[in-house]
Amino acid sequence: MDNVFEKIVETIVDAKGIDAASVKPESTFKDLNVDSLDIAEMVMTLEDEFGITIELEEGIATVQDLVNLINERIAG
Amino acid sequence: MNRVVITGAGVISPVGSGVETFFDNLTQGVCGIGPITRFDTEGYKVKLAGEVKGFDPEAAGIDRAQAKRTDLFAQYAMAAAIQAVEDSGIEGAVAPERFGVYVGSGIGGMQTFVQETEKLLNRGPGRVSPFFVPMMIGNMAAGNIAIRFGAQGPCLPVVTACATSSHAVGEAFHAIKYGLADAIIAGGAEATIIPLAVAGFSNMKALSESEDPNAASLPFDARRGGFVMSEGSGILVLEELEHARARGAKIYAEICGYGNTCDAYHITAPQPEGIGAANAIRLALEEAGYDGEKLYINAHGTGTAMNDKGETLAIKKALGEERARAALISSTKSMTGHMLGAAGGVEAIACAMALKTGIVPPTLHLDQPDPECDLNYVPNRAVKGDPEVAISSSLGFGGHNAVIAMRKL
Repeated sequence: MDNVFEKIVETIVDAKGIDAASVKPESTFKDLNVDSLDIAEMVMTLEDEFGITIELEEGIATVQDLVNLINERIAG
Repeated sequence: MNRVVITGAGVISPVGSGVETFFDNLTQGVCGIGPITRFDTEGYKVKLAGEVKGFDPEAAGIDRAQAKRTDLFAQYAMAAAIQAVEDSGIEGAVAPERFGVYVGSGIGGMQTFVQETEKLLNRGPGRVSPFFVPMMIGNMAAGNIAIRFGAQGPCLPVVTACATSSHAVGEAFHAIKYGLADAIIAGGAEATIIPLAVAGFSNMKALSESEDPNAASLPFDARRGGFVMSEGSGILVLEELEHARARGAKIYAEICGYGNTCDAYHITAPQPEGIGAANAIRLALEEAGYDGEKLYINAHGTGTAMNDKGETLAIKKALGEERARAALISSTKSMTGHMLGAAGGVEAIACAMALKTGIVPPTLHLDQPDPECDLNYVPNRAVKGDPEVAISSSLGFGGHNAVIAMRKL
C-alpha cells in the first residue's frame, strides 16, 4: 500500500518537477497540474512497475483514487 | 502599408548561442564543425556535423519537466525565442491577440519518432508514449512558444525543408506589413544529428564525407563535396515600425522584401539554370525598392556541387552581371554547417548584424575557387563592407526558394 503511494509520488515528482512533500493522498491531479497525458504516461510506468494492466476508469481524481485502483489490480 | 523592423534576435548554433557571440564568431571565422559525438559513426560514411555544444535547457529558461516532454528541436526553438523576446523587450508591450508566432522546422521531432518506433516494435503498442505525437509534430515549436508568451495572434509553422525559416520570416513580414499583427516571433529550428537522418541524407549523396572539420563545409570552393549537417535555432522578433518606435525599441534593421517561388522541377535537385532562385531574389529586391545600393548576399551556399553553381547563376540572372560582381556574397554555412530548417533564421540574423555593424562575415575555407563560382564570396576574412541592403537566400528540397531583403535603418 505505502509502496504504491510512494511509487506514484516518485512518478509525479519525476514528471512534473515538483516537491514530493506537496503530493498527498488527498491531492487532486488537477491541483498538482497533472493532466490526462501525464496520467496516461504515469499509468504505463506503474503497469511496468507492478506487472499489472490498468484500465483507467472515470472518476480517478485524487492520488488516493489511483492508489486504490492499483491495489485492486494487484490483489487480482 | 506598414513598415516592419527587427527588434530582437536569438540564436542557438554550433558557433555559439546568443546574437553577439554568434556574430562575433562568424566575423572572426570560427568554425563550429567537428566529429559527431551524439552517436558512434562506425559504419557511417559521414563523420562530421555542426553540433550545438553544452545545451542546457534549464539554463536556457525551459524547466526540466517541460524539457522531458519536448523534442530537442522545439527546445532549441524555445531557447532562441526566449533570447529574442528578452532582447526585444516586447513581452507585455503588445496586445496578446496582435502577437504572433511563425516558427517552423524542416523535419520536426525525428529523434522522438525513432525512439517511439523502437518502443512500438520492441514492447508493443501499449508502450508508445502519450507524449509521442505532441513531441514529434513539427508545429510544436510554434505551439510551445505561443504558450510561453501568451501570443494569441496569427500562429503558423512553415515546412519547406531548408527554406523553412526564411519562409517563416517572410510570411511574418507580410503579416505585419498587411496589418494582421503588431509583432511576430519568427524563425525555425532543427535537431536531426541522429543516425536515421545522417544515413538518409548520406545515402542521397547530399553530405560531405570529409573527416577534416576545416575542409568539409566548402561553399563555392572547387573541392566541395556536399553539406555538413548541423542543428540549432534562429529566431527574430519582427515588429511594426511605429509600434517599435513608440516603445523606444532597439532596431536591428528593416525587413523590406520577400520572394517566394518554386522550381517545380525536381524533388531534390535545383533547377540547373537557377531560374526559380533568381525569380525569388528579383521579387524580394523589387519589393524592397532596390536601386543599386551596396549589397550583401548571405547565400544559401550549402557546399554541394549543384547548389553553389546554380546559385551563382541565379544571382547573376537576378542582378545582372555588373551588380552581381559588385555584391559582397558569403555563405556562413562554411562556419555553421547547414542548420536545415533553422538556417534561414540564423542567416537572417547574420544579415541584420551585417547591416547594423557594417561587417560582412566571410566564406571560411574558400581556398580553391571554382571557375563556375566566380563572384566575390568574401573568402576567409570578414570585410568592413558597410552594406545598405542585405538579402538572405534559402533553397529547399521540393524546389522551394525563399529570399528575404533587409535595409539598414
